[in-house]
Amino acid sequence: MKSRTIKVDYLARVEGEGALYVKIRNNTVTDVKFKIWEPPRFFEAFLRGRNYSEAPDITSRICGICHTAYLMSAAQAMESAFGVSVDRQVRALRRLMYCGQWIESHALHVYLLHAPDFLGYEDAIQMAKDHPEVVQQGLQLKKVGNELMALLGGREIHPINVRVGGFYKVPTKRELAPLIEKLKWARDAALEAVRWTATLPFPDFEQDYEFVALRHPDEYAITEGRLVSNKGLDIAVGEYDDHFVEQHVPYTNALHSVLKERGAYFVGPLARYNVNFDKLSPLAQQAARDAGLGPVCRNPFKSIIVRSVEILYAYDEALRIIDEYEMPEEPAVEVQPRAATAYGCTEAPRGILYHRYRVDDQGVILDAKIVAPTSQNQKSVESDLWQFVPKYMDLPPDELTWRCEQAIRNYDPCISCSAHFLKLHIERD
Amino acid sequence: MPSGRSGTLIIGLGNQYRRDDAVGLIAARRLKERAPEHVRVLEESSEGAALMESWKDADAVILIDAVHSGAEPGIFRRLDAHRQPIPTEFSHCSTHTFSVAEAIELGRALGQLPPRLIVYGIEGKIFEAGLGLSPEVEKAVQKVVECVLADLRCGSDDRLS
Repeated sequence: MKSRTIKVDYLARVEGEGALYVKIRNNTVTDVKFKIWEPPRFFEAFLRGRNYSEAPDITSRICGICHTAYLMSAAQAMESAFGVSVDRQVRALRRLMYCGQWIESHALHVYLLHAPDFLGYEDAIQMAKDHPEVVQQGLQLKKVGNELMALLGGREIHPINVRVGGFYKVPTKRELAPLIEKLKWARDAALEAVRWTATLPFPDFEQDYEFVALRHPDEYAITEGRLVSNKGLDIAVGEYDDHFVEQHVPYTNALHSVLKERGAYFVGPLARYNVNFDKLSPLAQQAARDAGLGPVCRNPFKSIIVRSVEILYAYDEALRIIDEYEMPEEPAVEVQPRAATAYGCTEAPRGILYHRYRVDDQGVILDAKIVAPTSQNQKSVESDLWQFVPKYMDLPPDELTWRCEQAIRNYDPCISCSAHFLKLHIERD
Repeated sequence: MPSGRSGTLIIGLGNQYRRDDAVGLIAARRLKERAPEHVRVLEESSEGAALMESWKDADAVILIDAVHSGAEPGIFRRLDAHRQPIPTEFSHCSTHTFSVAEAIELGRALGQLPPRLIVYGIEGKIFEAGLGLSPEVEKAVQKVVECVLADLRCGSDDRLS
């Protein structure tokens, strides 16, 4: 009997600390474990006893990459629980800030983390020596996203300007104006980026995934919508817990999230693209088609193209929002807390980020539940490896390991976000 | 690239709420009071892309950051980025996005390092949440500040080369 093990103790070019273990016996995969061994973070417990108004800033500290997603999911949860609607322009500004977040995060992943896999480099630094123009373009694209974030959020990382009810401070139209030329340059560069990613070599690999994303009747959903899938799911955010459940798995500190009825599902750019292709701007749709993508893409390796399409869309959308912007009279509306269960869900760069809080009549948080995108994708990551490894079994060990890591990076996993509360069982005789 | 470079820049790096990780920021604040007027002093988090952006037009850059290599707390090293690669301990205390060491190496690969780039790494002892440097690191701050001032005084000759 011949057995082989693929083991990667520290996954490179992912956010946080994770590991991979694949066991092969007699040319059959017998075990796959995507392990998230970063310690649990206990954020849900920290939130208990805190005021509702603190939820956005506390939870945004969960992640240095998708901070805005946490701010927005938390704010939205509280606003919907307290029956508050934010001003139309405040809503637009949140969407604009979220575009900045997508750009920051996607540009980093496409150019510095994922592209080296396709071009055969250990990391972006090695890649930069041979393809300086590619890395340079990535950094420039990211930079304009950073500027958008700094202007709206107060700073590029861990923005501080979002509150339940709106913002602390909103920009004047004049303050946004200097961004326009930069955004136009970036939109052109992003279009080139889509073309470039389409030239990368892609393994022939598809699965029949269930793609779950927010869907909104009027826009490519980012900050709100219903939870919709390609296999018939169509629910309000408040019904999330009726359909999804988190399971504790012994080898990982991140709970695995599954659909109660159908198991594994897929969230993130590829899911959004497949659920909402018709809502992309004409420019983004055309760029996707020119890059060889149809309205549906089931090859997770092509998520690098889809991420660039989303970068392009985010720049296009940012320009539209700035063009239509009129400064609201007040940066925020008054909020009166009441006893309620609060549900929020927005599209973080890596997929849906769900928050649920129980709040008392004074606005004190009684309990909290946060489900990050990476914990929702863990099962799909493992399922990809179960299918992928047998197809590429004959590759030399180093190359097979490389391919497996690349398959994980398709999901742009954010491990720190997903490391979760670990249940402790004590057995006594 | 805009023409005309903008002189000497000191950048203190770190997170001020992580005890000794703040040492770069604290050194930068003291240098702000004592450095000649034409020298710009910045405090930054350790986000690589922002760092590359902030130094792109400078003739000479001095970076000050905490490191965690297992050496004795308060020991500091002065590295000339043009003469040697930046050791990985400069990655340790940064955000997960992309680190100081990676920013320097990426800048090197792209041919975009400032003409002169000196890096001070001060060994920290405590990196837990909270304010205030540990005594060993506090002592090092003064020494690093004096060294940087000496670098600035010799600006055009070999200390900053």
